[in-house]
Amino acid sequence: MKILTGNDLKTGAVIWWTGVGWSLDVNESADVGEHGAALVAREEGAQKVVAAYVVDGEKTGEGIRPAHIKERIRALGPTVRLDLTLKPSDPAAADWVI
Amino acid sequence: MYKYDEYDQQMVDTRVAEFRDQVRRRLAGDLTEDQFKPLRLQNGLYLQLHAYMLRVAVPYGTLNSAQMTLLGDIADKYDRGYGHFTTRQNIQYNWIKLEDTPDILAELAKVEMHAIQTSGNCIRNISSDQFAGAAAEEIVDPRPYAELLRQWSSFHPEFLVLPRKFKIAVIASETDRAAMRLHDIGIKMVKNDAGEIGAQFYAGGGMGRTPMIAPLIREFVPLDQLITFSEACLRVYNRYGRRDNKYKARIKILVHELGRDEYVRQVEEEFAHLLTQPIEPPLAELERIKAHFVDPGFDANASDDLDLTDPDFRLWVERNTHAHKQAGYVIATVSLKPIGGIPGDATADQIRLMAKLAKDYSFDELRVTHAQNIVFPHVKKADLYTVWKALDEAGLSTANLDTVGDIIACPGLDYCSLANARSIPVAQKISERFGSAERQAEIGELKLKISGCINACGHHHAGHIGILGVDKKGLENYQLLLGGSEGADTSLGQITGPGFTEDGVVDAIEKATEVYLANKEGEERFLDTYRRIGMAPFKEAIYG
Repeated sequence: MKILTGNDLKTGAVIWWTGVGWSLDVNESADVGEHGAALVAREEGAQKVVAAYVVDGEKTGEGIRPAHIKERIRALGPTVRLDLTLKPSDPAAADWVI
Repeated sequence: MYKYDEYDQQMVDTRVAEFRDQVRRRLAGDLTEDQFKPLRLQNGLYLQLHAYMLRVAVPYGTLNSAQMTLLGDIADKYDRGYGHFTTRQNIQYNWIKLEDTPDILAELAKVEMHAIQTSGNCIRNISSDQFAGAAAEEIVDPRPYAELLRQWSSFHPEFLVLPRKFKIAVIASETDRAAMRLHDIGIKMVKNDAGEIGAQFYAGGGMGRTPMIAPLIREFVPLDQLITFSEACLRVYNRYGRRDNKYKARIKILVHELGRDEYVRQVEEEFAHLLTQPIEPPLAELERIKAHFVDPGFDANASDDLDLTDPDFRLWVERNTHAHKQAGYVIATVSLKPIGGIPGDATADQIRLMAKLAKDYSFDELRVTHAQNIVFPHVKKADLYTVWKALDEAGLSTANLDTVGDIIACPGLDYCSLANARSIPVAQKISERFGSAERQAEIGELKLKISGCINACGHHHAGHIGILGVDKKGLENYQLLLGGSEGADTSLGQITGPGFTEDGVVDAIEKATEVYLANKEGEERFLDTYRRIGMAPFKEAIYG
């Protein structure tokens, strides 16, 4: 699947396109298929997201997993500060990244 | 230390107001990201992996306690309770909101700080020796010259759009603690046969994907020609540095491709021309600046006695303090490398504590080192135990300076959008593997540096042991280098061979240290043994 990510213009937070809006949770990502470029242009123009781009991902039993480690780290947060990630109470959260 | 005059303050305040308006226009949709990006970068605001990142300049690594306190307060108020001290003596915050940035810059301006020229293709923060003004062996305090260069290079209209970024370091000791020859321009303050102070210039050094050691380009530049000669160096680069390929745009490529002699010929020609132009500031300006860097009021009767009965304190004194030029004082370095910790990170509370200790015990001064540590430059020996106790209670008393645990590491793929691999987890594993004081003492001085990509922010080329993280078909992979050095004997590390996994590179380092210990003669450091016996025995042990 193709998923769309970027950073929130105001806060810089990593966000994922859900099909109707943006979410902090990669698991809410929509498959944008071939519409990624058009969505990037539209959403950046709407001043909500910055530096948006399309990445490969796959649906797994644990949710949506971006294909590349860089986007998995973006989705979770820094693996060396799990307290600052989206799963601060999961000591094994970094395993998902690797 | 230097105090802003009304012009300095007005320039910084004006820039804050200008950026506040630019942010307002961006958030209102009046500026596109393409229009806004160069504006935010000129104010040190990057967009990184997880959020905006703000890099705040610490000129030549010198801070007072009010500035340091504010850095801690910013970490609490606008970030997530910590800051990251960088390999260019600056500090970065990883979780900044765009809408907060103008307020942060306004608060910084109140303590004479800013983030101007911490990004972009301009002359960046001037770096220097963290022991400046305190080291026993220095010829002169290098900071007034660094400050003069800072003032010359700030908003210099000719050099705001260079082919690439440009980094200058100034030192004034035989011991190079600033990696001077790995800068675009390295300046060493020297004394000539007539006893006059001047500047020795090196140009064309750097790390990144094409590491180069800067060659000497002039033995002696008189103080009343310092800026003119600098201008000539920059003009030749600005005129002929490549703008068609960012990977070949640094001055090191120009000097290498022209050849050192031809670059020097062109600089000297430009210099002769510039000497006919009245661009050099009067020496009175240098004297005005120097007046800000006079020695603090040292106690001439301070005792040299030090009670070392506490073994932990003794270890820290032996490892983390250096001789001071003034009897009865020492230079104390606070390691930001606790065992298993994140190199260069400090919490807001730790930052404020270091600020308070500097105010109470180091004449209100701190320094940031390019090795991502903090220095109290002037501590009375009689106060040292009190300082250490306070550091110890705050988790800041790790006694590992210049040992295998004192690792330089860039933020890597945990934070940086340019990185190919994570640096910090590797640093943490090495730090834990070699964590015991006995192990570190056995190995002795070993400078280990890790970069998460070829841009080399972690200085891996200059590590006695260097590690470069790469992306190998979507997986993190780590190349190992041996034999680099950043000091007076600057050398570039050589790659051992095929790369490793994260755990594999830690094992390889263990094998390399075993080869060193088995072959060490006398007081040799790891680097000395490597240089004597060469790469072969290390490769055999690592890959055999």
